[in-house]
Amino acid sequence: MLALISTSPSGLEQLWFALIGVLWLGYFFLEGFDFGVGILLPFLGKNDNDRRVIVNTIGPVWDGNEVWLLTAGGATFAAFPQWYATVFSGFYLPLFLILAALIFRGVAFEFRHKREDATWTKWWDRAIFWGSALPALLWGVAFADFVHGVPMAANYSWTGTFFDLVKPYALLGGLSTLALFTLHGSTFLGLKTHGDVRQRARVVGKALAPATFAIVTGFLAWTYLTAHNTHHTGLVPPLLPIAGVIALAGVGWLIRDRLEGWAFLATAIVIVAFFTTLLLNLYPNVLVSSVSPHFDMTIAAAASHPYTLKVMSWVALIFTPFVLLYQTWTYIIFKRRVGHPSPGEISSSVPAQR
Amino acid sequence: MNSLVAGISTLSLARWQFGITTVFHFLFVPLTIGLGLLVAILQTASYRTGDLAYERMTRFFGKLFLVNFAIGVVTGIVQEFQFGMDWSRYSVFVGNIFGAPLAIEGLLAFFMESTFLGIWIFGRGRVSKRVHLASIWLASLGTILSAAFIMAANSWMQHPVGYVIDPTTHQAVMTNFWAVLTNSTFLAAYGHVLFAAFLTGGAFALGVAAYHLRKNHDKVAFGKVARIAIVVTLLSSVGTAFLGDSQAKLLEKQQPMKMAAAEALYNTESGASFSLLTIGDLGDNPIFQIRLPHILSVLATNTWNGKVQGINQLEKKATAEYGAGSYVPLIWLCYWSFRIMVGLGILLVLLGGVGLWLVRKKRLEKSPRFLRFATWMIAAPFIANSFGWIFTEVGRQPWVVYGLLSTSKAVSVISPGYVATSLIGFTAIYTFLAVIEIGLMFRIAKEPPAIETLEESERIPELIY
Repeated sequence: MLALISTSPSGLEQLWFALIGVLWLGYFFLEGFDFGVGILLPFLGKNDNDRRVIVNTIGPVWDGNEVWLLTAGGATFAAFPQWYATVFSGFYLPLFLILAALIFRGVAFEFRHKREDATWTKWWDRAIFWGSALPALLWGVAFADFVHGVPMAANYSWTGTFFDLVKPYALLGGLSTLALFTLHGSTFLGLKTHGDVRQRARVVGKALAPATFAIVTGFLAWTYLTAHNTHHTGLVPPLLPIAGVIALAGVGWLIRDRLEGWAFLATAIVIVAFFTTLLLNLYPNVLVSSVSPHFDMTIAAAASHPYTLKVMSWVALIFTPFVLLYQTWTYIIFKRRVGHPSPGEISSSVPAQR
Repeated sequence: MNSLVAGISTLSLARWQFGITTVFHFLFVPLTIGLGLLVAILQTASYRTGDLAYERMTRFFGKLFLVNFAIGVVTGIVQEFQFGMDWSRYSVFVGNIFGAPLAIEGLLAFFMESTFLGIWIFGRGRVSKRVHLASIWLASLGTILSAAFIMAANSWMQHPVGYVIDPTTHQAVMTNFWAVLTNSTFLAAYGHVLFAAFLTGGAFALGVAAYHLRKNHDKVAFGKVARIAIVVTLLSSVGTAFLGDSQAKLLEKQQPMKMAAAEALYNTESGASFSLLTIGDLGDNPIFQIRLPHILSVLATNTWNGKVQGINQLEKKATAEYGAGSYVPLIWLCYWSFRIMVGLGILLVLLGGVGLWLVRKKRLEKSPRFLRFATWMIAAPFIANSFGWIFTEVGRQPWVVYGLLSTSKAVSVISPGYVATSLIGFTAIYTFLAVIEIGLMFRIAKEPPAIETLEESERIPELIY
């Protein structure tokens, strides 16, 4: 405990903990629906045309969404080298699986329509499904592990194996993100498609909502209770997970009442509340040791020196507004529902490349 | 640990992993940068002139650009994350300095290229022609910027500046970000890599256009592309060589051991000759050698009789400074990588020069031998790029950060079984993707573009947004 008190994070370090939290939140909010769309692809896409519509809802944006992960990774490397080093080497196999999945998924979006061959497209669509489902599950496992502790001894040395990372709590965390991202994908598709696909997204969303509610509520309750009983922090304001759970309870109703925009907003709020709860639960640590609290990695211990953090703060302050502006702008450009043009629209429409 | 890989160390597996990932990633990246610029130029020509030939070529090379871009992106994620996975002690040591450019690369460059490429691909007709043109230029600028930050990071490993070593944590701590961004090694290396990327795009476009000219496909459009590509190839091959030469001079000052290894120069010499080719032993007993007198001194020091330091003397100096051990990289690999890179570079200068001469003589389309040669030369920049990196990274050994951190102390403390798993896994994935990608590129590159009128090209879209 003494070690914890003597190394409370500076303002700059707190800022960067918060900024990296925001990058992860942005990643899970945005790529969350990309993953959901990929997972739902085989279930909602009954024919080739439907599947093209589904993939094209995220076509213009998925790559930009994935950059949030690259930036979160890079920022963690720069601001908290020890965190980056320990997590990435410690979670070696899960991370390998995530990377392999993201590779296949990314090229699949580009390759699936490159040949007029049903078998070719079918295999790339499978890659999109698995490449979305696997990371959706594993990110939840990893973040649950951060909170519940990893086998880390003195000097942040890793003492466990792969199987220490897949405990019941972490698995429940993985199921939570898998369910949540899938639901998020269904509300996104409800918002971005017409006709049959939109209708099926609604049906799936309605069916998924209660199960997701049960899993996520169970996980958040478990997280919150541990935060109070086992860990010392209690920094998580109870209102936060409760807001998440309420929003999640509302999703089913909103879908039923065809309030698609609100339903999507609700799943977005759940994701933000979910990961904010986990990250605040970590504070003032970045990684909890399951061996002993003495070996917890604190924000202060993991952080870079103030000079690096200052340089990065200036760069972030100057350039982040531009990124947010033009990324928002793409969503405005592609705000319409994806589908086939109605007769009235043909005259004004122009070629799409695919 | 794992009986299958017993006896193979985490270090050597991690080194293979890094080498394979980096070379694979960098097969695609230069083409992305080079073709991105070329497509932007073609689209600008189309926009300015309204010439449909340029429009066809924009779409034709745009398709190739996108297939290639996808693989560059997904392998880039591995490239960034493998530092933490396989090189965690390195990551802790350099994070303060090395991490910053990586984060900035994401924020400034990757967001830009991915977002505007999304607009470019899906926005045709959705946004105005002017915005559509701007989006390809911004995507291209994004690729060019991304190279800047990763090169700044790599150059710091080659020649650390703007730092101190923290006495308690033993980490390298940044003291001057401006020094990192104006590192002489970085400025030369970035120019070299950027020109090499334009060269890759130029030679690729030239080779593809040459193929279609030979097959009599759309001669007007491919003739225009071939002319642009010849100029790009010539200018950028000369630029690559020029900056490579200034890198050699920096190398003699900053990493003389790499320079000596590149030449297999065992003993310090004044007025050193340049070894063009060696058969047999690179040391004292070669079977056959061609040497150019004084040229090495000129390359390394810019003077006829300049002193170039040899491996034996440098090794003695290094042991005195850093303690006992070997400070010599794999000489044969440095020597041959360097020669392959430079040799192909010279061939590419010739390609551009002869091409320009044929254009001036108005004989380009009537020179089937040159056109065939140009198509074969598509391979040259890819091989040269790969060996350039192999030389740069192998030549720095045993250091990962020159003079500060040795590679053996940089690797993660993890079971070799893990690294072997990911090494086998990634290598299998890369091989699979390479086969698919090359197959697709060949298909798309060989298919003659459909000649359509503007009305036809503005047909009813299948999907709207």
